Amino acid sequence: MSTDSLYTRLVVSRPGFRLDMELSAAPGEVVALLGPNGAGKSTALRALAGLLPLTRGRILLEGRDITALPTESRPIGMVFQDYLLFAHMSALENVAFGPRCRGTDKRRARREAAEFLARVGLGDHARSRPAALSGGQAQRVALARALAVRPRLLLLDEPLSALDAHTRLTVRSQLRRHLDDFDGAAIVVTHDPLEAMVLADRVTILEHGTVVQNGTPAEVAQHPRTEYVARLVGLNLYRGRARGTTVDIGSGPGSARIAAREPGRGEVFVAFPPRAVALYRERPTGSPRNTWRLTIDGIERLGDQVRVHLDGELALSAEITPAALAELRMEPGEKAWACVKATEVDSYPA
Amino acid sequence: MSAPLRGRRIGAGRTPWILVLPALAGVLFLLLPFAGLLVRAPWPTLGARLLTPEVRAALLLSLTTASVATAISLLLGIPLAWVLARTSFPGRRLVRALVTVPMVIPPVVGGVALLLAFGRSGVLGRYLYDWFGYSMPFTPAAVVAAQVFVAMPFLVISVEGALRGADTRYEEAAATLGASRAVIFRRVTLPMVMPGVGAGAVLCWARSLGEFGATITFAGNFPGRTQTMPIAVYVAMQTDPQSAIVLSLVLLLVSLVILVGLRERWVGSL
Repeated sequence: MSTDSLYTRLVVSRPGFRLDMELSAAPGEVVALLGPNGAGKSTALRALAGLLPLTRGRILLEGRDITALPTESRPIGMVFQDYLLFAHMSALENVAFGPRCRGTDKRRARREAAEFLARVGLGDHARSRPAALSGGQAQRVALARALAVRPRLLLLDEPLSALDAHTRLTVRSQLRRHLDDFDGAAIVVTHDPLEAMVLADRVTILEHGTVVQNGTPAEVAQHPRTEYVARLVGLNLYRGRARGTTVDIGSGPGSARIAAREPGRGEVFVAFPPRAVALYRERPTGSPRNTWRLTIDGIERLGDQVRVHLDGELALSAEITPAALAELRMEPGEKAWACVKATEVDSYPA
Repeated sequence: MSAPLRGRRIGAGRTPWILVLPALAGVLFLLLPFAGLLVRAPWPTLGARLLTPEVRAALLLSLTTASVATAISLLLGIPLAWVLARTSFPGRRLVRALVTVPMVIPPVVGGVALLLAFGRSGVLGRYLYDWFGYSMPFTPAAVVAAQVFVAMPFLVISVEGALRGADTRYEEAAATLGASRAVIFRRVTLPMVMPGVGAGAVLCWARSLGEFGATITFAGNFPGRTQTMPIAVYVAMQTDPQSAIVLSLVLLLVSLVILVGLRERWVGSL
């Protein structure tokens, strides 16, 4: 695809692990690499930066093959998880370091660095040592330092994970603005789905070294394709065969049947949110089509709601109010009736 | 809350005397000789004895050679430490072991070995003499060589430890910013391991200043040329013990000034 800014196939093999993925990004596009620990996200990022050799594959950046280039010659900027600001340099010297290394003369490098610091709102902290900066400020210096080399590919490794929850909100929206201004491709590695949804134009989900899903945040959130993604976005997800609005999950004794909103054919995914599930002690009258008798597996508090995990012919999560739980008067191990309206059940081709 | 606790611990006689008594004996053993130096020092004639040309020459020679030896150790030792810490090649462990040999062999043996290598008929010295007419033994250069030989390993070990402890991800960060390996070493790695370099340099300098065995074997004892302070102390001890005390006091003072002066900046990691 000639419109891509970044096109790459990355293969990294090491004992017990293999990363094999394709990744592309348009100019100005922010792609989040989302996945559980050990999925290979950081490996992919390090391979793009040239900090890790590729077993196979290649990296095309704006039509140029940079696969064989050493790290210091790649037109990249990288923001590390704990920023890795040089402790013996001021904020300004940290930001000027890149331009200096790339041949800008000292005075101009310092002037540019001052501009980049001002752009991230830290014009007053040019002389501060990293140790004197707050976490949020250090994150912005790290971003300014990466942008100051005018990279054509920006790599961010868990850019917000070292921040406390409160700072993260502010820094996240600032980061989003700076990413919007950046005209090259940007890859953000994260394990936080919310971070991926807010920061990225597109989400690529990595599990066990391969891409399992790729789409806009909205697509991924609505139509997860693996258990991991479904859990991330808080949906109950099943795979089965559809005949009209009826979907058969599994076969044999462990099988179940789910009624969906829209008719489908062949292999489909079905998904519904936990808050669409209602729980009863007695079999509800009128019996909606999606009614199952399941065993309560566990109960946990989730914000001002209660999450009830059930297992049986179907494994599912229900989200109910504490009042509803009190009315239910049930403990793990007991059996309950779970109901979901067919209008709440989404189905899409697998 | 902690005060009564601490009081009770001491008051209740829980202090393990089996540890405290040997500790006290150890401290006394280390400090008493210094007290002896101070008590027996010929204070009234101290100034006059200090100003004799022999003492000034020995002190100047010691300070100069120890500093030059430290500078050479830094120049050769830091790259050596880097190679040992950051590269892997067959025989790296053997090289590392060999580098530390001068720390454990008797310095006199080092002096003999230096003579056999750089003496006029030595393995290397022969060619130095035949081709350039240069003979190292019994010159100030030999003093420096002896000091580098025994003291550089202290610096190498200290810097190598600092390099191994340094977080290499900072070097990766520098690489993503476009820094070459040489620039990374100079502007990122070296500043990071500076405490280790400082501590190693102090150790190296102190060891050079006190060098005796290898020096007297390889460089001899020529006043004004190769007679360093420790050798002057030893010689004075045979003929004029009072002067030996004065020289010892000077050495003690110089060492203390260096240690105290640099403690704040560097030696904290010692």
